[in-house]
Amino acid sequence: MTDMKNRIESRLQSLQPQFLEVLNESHRHNVPVGSESHFKVTIVSAVFDDKPLVARHRLINATLTNEIIHSIHALALHTFTPAEWQKRHDATRTSPPCLGGSAAE
Amino acid sequence: MDIADSIEQQVSTHPVVLYMKGTPQQPQCGFSANAVQILSACGVEDFFAVNVLADPEIRQGIKDYSSWPTIPQLYVNGEFVGGSDIMAEMFQNGELKKLLEK
Repeated sequence: MTDMKNRIESRLQSLQPQFLEVLNESHRHNVPVGSESHFKVTIVSAVFDDKPLVARHRLINATLTNEIIHSIHALALHTFTPAEWQKRHDATRTSPPCLGGSAAE
Repeated sequence: MDIADSIEQQVSTHPVVLYMKGTPQQPQCGFSANAVQILSACGVEDFFAVNVLADPEIRQGIKDYSSWPTIPQLYVNGEFVGGSDIMAEMFQNGELKKLLEK
């Protein structure tokens, strides 16, 4: 039951991500076992350089197409430029930053 | 008045509007609950909340109006700000508080 995860990943490859993680978080919700309803995407790409968050999210939504967007219930998006990602990575060496995990709770 | 006009009126007459699932007192979705908490953390308690679950027309209408496929959606001073991930990011970097102080 990883069909939707694979579809999301393969679509997002077109944004040439330096890092891409697609998590199926459906098990944390009130849906049947094996559901593909709630996803969280963490993506790092140079295409986000100089783009505000709204523009980044719109780009992802357009890349995923309505077909995918409309067939899932929730999509959490965490978008970073390579520079922003590096900054976070560096920060983890001293003290780990919040990576937004509680945003979906 | 069609649905886009109603939304236009809501976002232009209230400085802070949150389209959400459920109510601020009883959110029906974790992302909406998060959005309410973030507003509260910014000191904004008396925003105008629209429960999209109570009105299917608004639920679809706001997605079309903003060209944004998900709920919640935040509007400040008539401008679309984003969904809950964007609110969380803007809260962390201080931008949201600045925007809400205007």
